[in-house]
Order: sequence, then structure tokens, then C-alpha cells
Amino acid sequence: MPAHVPNAGLSRRDLLKRTGGLAALAAFTAACGGNTGRPSSGGGSGGSKPNLSQWFHQYGETGTQQAALKYAKAYPDANVAVQWTPGDYDAKLASGLLSSKGPDVFEGHFNISMVKSNQVVPLDDIMADVKDDFQPGDLATNTLDGKIYGVRMIIDPQVIYYKKSLLDKAGIKPPETIDDLISAAKELTTNKVKGIFVGNDGGNVMGGPALYSSGGEYLTKDNKPGFTGDRAAQAFGKLHELYASKSILLGAPTDWWDPTAINQGLVAMQFIGMWAVPGMQKALGDDIGVIPFPKLDAQAKPAVYSGGWTQFVSAKSANVDAAKKFVKWLWIDKSEYQEDWSLNYGFHIPPRKSLAAKASKLQSGVAADTVKLTQDYGYTDNPAWTPKMGTAFTDLLTNVIKKGADPAAEITKAEKTVNGELSRLFG
Amino acid sequence: MSAPAKTSADPAATGERRGSRRRRKTIAGNTLWFWVFVGPFVVGLLIFSYLPIIWSLVLSFFEAYNTATPSKFVGLQNYVDMLTDHNFLSSLGTFTIFAVFIVPLTFVLSLALALLVNQVKIARAFFRSVFFLPTACSYVVASLIWKLSIFNGVRFGMANTLLGWIGVEPISWLASLDPPWYWLVIVTARLWLQAGFYMILFLAALQNINPELYEAAYVDGAKPGWQVFRHITLPLLRPTSISVLLLCLIAAYQAFDEFYNLLGAVEYARPPLVYLYHLALGSQQNFGLGSAGSLILAAIIAVVTVLQGKILGFGRPSD
Repeated sequence: MPAHVPNAGLSRRDLLKRTGGLAALAAFTAACGGNTGRPSSGGGSGGSKPNLSQWFHQYGETGTQQAALKYAKAYPDANVAVQWTPGDYDAKLASGLLSSKGPDVFEGHFNISMVKSNQVVPLDDIMADVKDDFQPGDLATNTLDGKIYGVRMIIDPQVIYYKKSLLDKAGIKPPETIDDLISAAKELTTNKVKGIFVGNDGGNVMGGPALYSSGGEYLTKDNKPGFTGDRAAQAFGKLHELYASKSILLGAPTDWWDPTAINQGLVAMQFIGMWAVPGMQKALGDDIGVIPFPKLDAQAKPAVYSGGWTQFVSAKSANVDAAKKFVKWLWIDKSEYQEDWSLNYGFHIPPRKSLAAKASKLQSGVAADTVKLTQDYGYTDNPAWTPKMGTAFTDLLTNVIKKGADPAAEITKAEKTVNGELSRLFG
Repeated sequence: MSAPAKTSADPAATGERRGSRRRRKTIAGNTLWFWVFVGPFVVGLLIFSYLPIIWSLVLSFFEAYNTATPSKFVGLQNYVDMLTDHNFLSSLGTFTIFAVFIVPLTFVLSLALALLVNQVKIARAFFRSVFFLPTACSYVVASLIWKLSIFNGVRFGMANTLLGWIGVEPISWLASLDPPWYWLVIVTARLWLQAGFYMILFLAALQNINPELYEAAYVDGAKPGWQVFRHITLPLLRPTSISVLLLCLIAAYQAFDEFYNLLGAVEYARPPLVYLYHLALGSQQNFGLGSAGSLILAAIIAVVTVLQGKILGFGRPSD
């Protein structure tokens, strides 16, 4: 056998190494905490103050990171290090929360498995005095078994913004039903401009709003699947109709949460959050109107997903009390910072009623309209809706919207997964 | 009387003793150096490979949500769940489609490149490097270039601009399911990244073929081109060809980066590793199921590789 042959040794060793690495993936992220973002102890002017690490996802708006750093620096009772996380924040956070090397304080979205896995601590004590100043929905989305686990930082309503001039030119009224939306998207499509941008995946982000606008919900009050039945199937089918109408923008360099597509004139309408209003106003001036996700038909109401971010304290933190104190200071006591965070970069509704009432930037124009729509049609996440259920729901949407699969059959598939999770969680 | 015998025996005895001491010293020295060189790698292998494999084997028998130190033993339930999970099974289907495209394409392209580069008379080093260079590029970087620049779905994407010149409507490469253009993006990205590496393997093998064989073939009347390639080059490349096929298939099984970066974790194009990542390390954090899945996958890779090796005659002495 000639010597050049890359023989058995190479490939066997390679095989072992790679399969080993594969299995290592699963177990090892836990151990490889790496940089926690926490300042090293005993350094500099810190003295005896505790060290805290605070994790953020990467906000798109300029100035947000500097603002977060500014708040952390201004806190007198601890050394707070901010970790700003580009990319897949959820995955990084999930592995960070496995050990004490993760954050002490972090932003995220609440769900029941965080409590079941003992990742977060209740914050009822710091919330006690100000509870009534929060919207009931924002409290409910962070409450389980009567305990409040998070302090809402910002409210992010997701709606459809459109260029008024383009609708006027085509003689179209702002859509009031899903059918109106589909026909408007078709009419507004030219060879240069698409009717609407709903994300590069074809509109999965509108699955929740479509469901709620048909009168359904993720889970019913007694924790049963609420996304079943004919009306839900009809709503998902409409999303496919929109996708198949060839009037949506696909394959854009940025995704639905970034206003570049509508700002650059690639589309006439875009499904996006209120955070993008300052960016759109800068590019388009007053040429912006807003509608909620339209209702399925006369029997139902439009829907606005009232998302946002919430601050939590990690149960694995070495300084739970100091972390709670910091959260109280920043997100409950320091109203000027909360106002700054909500209004000076992107637009978000401040969760405190007292602050929202004073927010002058949200009291005129398209921002005021969005706030009004959120009050009328907003819905928040159900904490019993776990990431696994979310994945099953997304798969349902992908199959219906992009593959044109039968909605009823896909609902049955997702229902099976969701019921499995529900029986694991509630017995 | 005894004295001379003693003296005569002495040198030999001491010599023997000295020799064995030296030998013992050398053996001890060898052992020391063996561990100095091999030790760190063995330790690394133990800590970063074997320990996690054992750990994930343990995890696969537990319900492990959001924890790597679980307490609820569930026996084989995780394996049953994975093997009846239609998403996991369809991820194996996705892999199969991918492998059907990528393995033969890589094989043909890298062999063709090797043959061409081997014949080039000028600037050989340049051509070799230029085709090998993509191997050094990160999959993530390449995916981003493919996604944002070349196969950008809007009208000013590179591919769409070119198509625009001949009057073709912009195609949303990654979002289109009918026809499934995303396969073109995925396959070309990997082809560009890995063909150069396998080209080098083929090139090395080509240069090891004795030129006398070709001369003999010409003397016997073989025509240059297909006939010589079919009867001389290809048979002599067999061991390399088999290695390339095996490595290519294993690499395809481990496809992650380009799928994850180009498509996310979409239901219709989720190879096994992307699905397992989503299950275990994404927001779901189900280490029990993830470990069971990765061990099932490791077993499948091992079995397929052994079978493929058997069928293709891997390790059989070449004739």
C-alpha cells in the first residue's frame, strides 16, 4: 500500500474525536461559564461592596449600551458589571443560569420552567409598594402561584406600520380585517416595492396575533391548549394566503424587528414593534400610520402582542439580597432612568402607569396611536407557555405558512406536544 | 584460586549490571518523555471528550431540564421519546437529502480540481493555494457572506442583480420552498468551503502514482484521457477515494454552522445537530433528551461508517 494513503488511523481517530465532541457539546456548556461579566473581586476602589453581574441582550438602538453602563456605574451600593450580549441571548442566558457563574441580575421573558428549575427568586417584597402602579397584564405575565418573579422594564407593542402616502396613492383604506390586509398587500406590490414585510421566515411572528385576532389564545385560563378549533385554523390559513400572495418581502438583509426594509422603501407596510418608531420617523417623517393586527372577521377583535423585557434575580446568585436591592433601585426607584430607557433610544411604553402618563413623547402622532391600540387590544404572554410549546407552535406556523400544510392536522400535532408539556408541568 | 575467578568474572558482571542500569534508565527516560508529550493530550481528551461522553450517557437516563446534575431517573424514556419524535426523525431525513447532494458533489468537484491543478504547468503553488484557501475560512463567515451578499433575497443581492440583467425576477433564495432554492445556498456554501481540502488529499494521492504506469499504458496503446483515467488513475486512487467519501459523510452528519446561520432552526431544514442544539442548548435546555439524541446520532454515525467502510473495502490492501 503506497504511503500517501490517508488510512484508517486518521479517519477512526477523527470519528472518535468528532463523536466525542458531539456528546461533549451537550454536557459541557454548563461547565464552560467563561467570562461572567462580573468584576473580579477585591479590585480598585470597590472596597467591601458586593460584585454583581447584569446581563442584557443586544438592543438595536444606538446609545442603549452606554445607557445601561451609565446606570450600573451610578449605583452606589455594589459594583455592577454589564454584560451586553449580541447573538443568541436566550441560549447564552439559559446556560448561564445553570451555575453561579451566570448573571446575578438579568433581563428575560418569564415562563414556568424558570420557577420549576429554581432559576429565579420571587420579588414580592420589592414590588409590594408599587404593585398597583403596574398594568394588570404586565403583572400577570410575571406571576406564578401568586408570587411575582420579575419587574417589567419596558413594554413593546407589536403592530403594523404603513406608509400613508402609498396607501393614499393606491386609494386604499387602512386594513380592518385579515382579508383587507391581504388584498392591500397585493395592491401595493409593484416591481420595486413589496406590499408588506413580516419577517424573512414568511410571517411566523404574526402567528400569535393571528390566533388572538380569531378569538383564540395560547392556553386557556385552566391551562388547556387554546389554539385549536376551526377559527384558529382559519386564521393560520390566512397567514398562508398572505405568504402565497407573492406580496411579502422575503430574504431581506435585516429581519422584521429592524425598520430598514420600510425605511429604504422596499415595502409599503411592516410588522414591527413600537421601538422602531424613532428610526422610522427619522427616515420617513410623518408618513407613517399604524394598525393593529387586523381581526379575522366581524366576530373578533384585532390583536396587539404586548411584549417587552423583564428584570429577574438569579436564584443561583451569591448575593441575592444585593441583587434585589439593585433591581429595586434601578427599575422601581430611579424613575428618571426608567424614563430614559423607555423613551430616549427606541420607543417603549413605560410599565409604570405613573410614568406612562407623563411620557410626552408617546402622547402625539403615531406613537400615541400605538399606545391606544395596546390599551384596547393588547395581550401578554401566559407564563405556563414554555419554550417547548413555543417551538411546537412555530413548527405549526412554518408548516402551514410556508408549506401550505393543512392547519387542522398541524394543530393536532402541536396540541399533542403541548398536552405532553402540560401534563409534565401540572400532572 | 577463587580470586582470579572473581577478578575475571568481575568486569563482565559489572558490565552487565551497568548495561541493565543504563537500559532501565533509558526505559524510565522514555516513559517520562512519553508522558511529558502525551500526558497533556490524554488529560485533555479525558476532561474534554471522555468525561462529557460519560456524563451525557448518565444524563440521557435522567429528566434533566435546566440542570446538568439531575435527580429524577427515567430509565430509557428519553431514548423512546427521541426515537418517536417526528422532528428528530425528520431531521435525519434532512441530513439524508443533504448528504445525497453534498457527498457526490464534493467528491467529483475535488477530484476534478485535483486533476486540473495536477496538470497545471505554471503557477502551481498559486492554483493549489487558491483552491485550498476557502478551507481556512470560517463556516459562520462564509454563511454570512452567502446570506447577506451573494444570495440576498432583495433585488440588489448579487445573484439577483445578475439575474436581473437577463430579466429574471428577484428570487428569495433562503425563504423559497417551492422550488427549494435554500438547498442551492446551503450546498454551494459547503462545497466552496470543503472542496479544497479534499482536493489536497486527491492531489497527494495523484502525485504518488508512479509515472511509469502511464508510460506502460501508452506503450500498450491506451489513449490519454478517459481510458487512462478509468483504468489507471481511478483504481490507484481507490484508498483515497474511500477516505474522502467517509470523511465527507461524517462531516455532512455534523452539519450545523451553515444551516444554523443561514436558516436558523426552521422545521423543514433542521439537520440532527441543529435540532439537538435547539433541544438541549437553546431555550428548551432539555439535557436528558439532548444527550439521548446525541448518543443515538453517534451510534448511527458509527454504524454507517463501519458499514460504508465494509462495503467500499476500507483498509483492504490496494492491489
